[in-house]
Amino acid sequence: MKLRNTIGALGAVLIVASACNSTASPAASGGGGGADRSGILIEVVTHGQASDPFWSIFKNGVDAAGKDMGVKVEYSAPDTFDMPKMAALIDAAVAKKPAGLVVSIPDATALGPSIQKAVAAGIPVISANSGSDAYASLGVLTHVGQDETIAGKKAGELMKAAGVTNALCINQEVGNAGLDARCKGFTDGLGGTVKVVQVDLKDPTGAQQSISAAVQGTTGVNGILALGPTGATPTIAAIKQLNLNASIKLATFDLSKDVLNSIKAGDMLFAIDQQQFLQGYLPVVFLTYDKLYGLVPGGGQPVLTGPGIVDKTNVDTVLANTGTTR
Amino acid sequence: MTTASATGGDQRLRSVSPLRLFLSRPEFGAIVGAIIVFLIFAVLSVARGDVGKGFLSIQGAASYLEIAAQVGILGAAVSLLMIAGEFDLSVGSMIGASGLLLGLLIVQYGVPPTIAIVLTFAFALAVGAFNGWLRIKTGLPSFIVTLGMLLILRGAGIGFTRAITSNTIVSGVNANTANDPIVKLFTASVTIGGGEFKVVLLWWIVAVVVATWVLTRTRFGNWIFAVGGGEQAARYVGVPVHRVKVILFMTTAASAALLACIQVLSFGSADVLRGTNKEFEAIITAVVGGTLLTGGYGSALGSAFGAFILGTTQLGINFVGINSDWYQVVLGAVLLLAVLANTYLLRRASGSR
Repeated sequence: MKLRNTIGALGAVLIVASACNSTASPAASGGGGGADRSGILIEVVTHGQASDPFWSIFKNGVDAAGKDMGVKVEYSAPDTFDMPKMAALIDAAVAKKPAGLVVSIPDATALGPSIQKAVAAGIPVISANSGSDAYASLGVLTHVGQDETIAGKKAGELMKAAGVTNALCINQEVGNAGLDARCKGFTDGLGGTVKVVQVDLKDPTGAQQSISAAVQGTTGVNGILALGPTGATPTIAAIKQLNLNASIKLATFDLSKDVLNSIKAGDMLFAIDQQQFLQGYLPVVFLTYDKLYGLVPGGGQPVLTGPGIVDKTNVDTVLANTGTTR
Repeated sequence: MTTASATGGDQRLRSVSPLRLFLSRPEFGAIVGAIIVFLIFAVLSVARGDVGKGFLSIQGAASYLEIAAQVGILGAAVSLLMIAGEFDLSVGSMIGASGLLLGLLIVQYGVPPTIAIVLTFAFALAVGAFNGWLRIKTGLPSFIVTLGMLLILRGAGIGFTRAITSNTIVSGVNANTANDPIVKLFTASVTIGGGEFKVVLLWWIVAVVVATWVLTRTRFGNWIFAVGGGEQAARYVGVPVHRVKVILFMTTAASAALLACIQVLSFGSADVLRGTNKEFEAIITAVVGGTLLTGGYGSALGSAFGAFILGTTQLGINFVGINSDWYQVVLGAVLLLAVLANTYLLRRASGSR
């Protein structure tokens, strides 16, 4: 008897969980055209952990495109930065025989074989966010994202123009080649000294203390670049705590409410926005039109969604759309 | 084992039906759990019209079995250690550290793959022996000793890799290893019916069979149970408690190194975050498989079903399209229910109240 209850409860949990599925096919198909699109399934596999505010905007883009296009989108990501597991998730997505596949490629060597398998199975693939250096060699249609080296260089140049010579680069996702490229580009653009500081994105307090210690332990720091909001928020807190706002210029990659408020208040110089909503949105649109009409962006060049600069001049517009598209 | 009613005769010689014997095995609950979890995802897949694709396809099976195999290799070794009453929280970091060592040796220093693999295992065995030695010498709980090692290995992996390559990924490993016959042992795969089954499955089976054989058919296996059941008593009857524990810590470290070799050689790269949280997955695998956290009781075969439950659940959630925001909730709930069902069935089957 007890066993039957246990089994019943197990089933109930799964049914409730699947009922929570926000990606159920929408009632109305948008975008014009008479074709029935509800049978079109687009799979999205990224390395974005659900707890990262950056990826929740990306996912908003995916969901919005699914709704606008009237197609079914299913999103998956490994629970930690785990490339073998992400490769298996891609294999799993391919096994669902989708009409198209969107992947982020933070490690092309590890994910390449799985992506090539998808291509070989005749599934159109578009890479998004990470993978600008690898997509062409893998048979991926196009890449939608930001060139990290170019964006890092831009950040370095802007910092240099603001008088920064000696900077820290806060890396919250060690192991991601895209973030390494940002630090490298930043170093090139700045033309000064850059020290990399690693922080744990799951532990903001610990991150704040690490940054605080690094600032105090490095002589002559006059600029800090965080590589994402999960690094920027503790950086802002650390600098406030040390009361060094006047002498240290702050900037970050990617946006959050904290980052934008700091820009508005003048505590932060600028943020590099890669407009990840578009990185989630555009590939779904491209793949839908590829499936329906064979329309594919040409030339094999990446579609760049950044670097966009958010500073005091445009921060209000961005703030108005925070959490949904920015 | 049986009710205490005195019915005459020697209880040890009492005949027990094979069915009852099977029902009272530690892995029985895990087998039932595995079937239930599989059926749930199968039903949900059929409900969404996925027949012959997704969860219910050969390619789908290949992908969730691969996830299961990866954690299952660890689970087989970790369950032996847990039966002996110890924990090893450093296996996850060990995957990262030994993978980086292997990658750096091959890519950065041009060491032939076979020698690099041997050195990697030697490193892991040495760290495992050190874990065991420290545990015994200091008398500190293995939870603390290996927690320290978890941090040391993770940090050393980041430190050395950044110092040597100024990067956090070591890639290009497969450029130097593609045609090496020894490397094939870790990277081979066979395609059956459109699904690519990787050699990691074979390693998993070997690990489970060897662990089960050692546990149930050898003197060393009896020692493991004795050490976990009561260390002092085991010592009194002449079990070399220290040697058993050191060997088991070396085994878990070696299982992590094996997984690292498979991952690095077949995925072609190593990064500093590999294996994060795998120590917990390995413990979950063992516990779902019927091994007691307190030691003295358990099964290596059960860990295989625990790994199967973990693998099918992790990918099944994606296959049936459950919104990934809820992923960890579902995973946690399935694991809790599997353990509850396991405990309940075990209590019932073994006849104790």
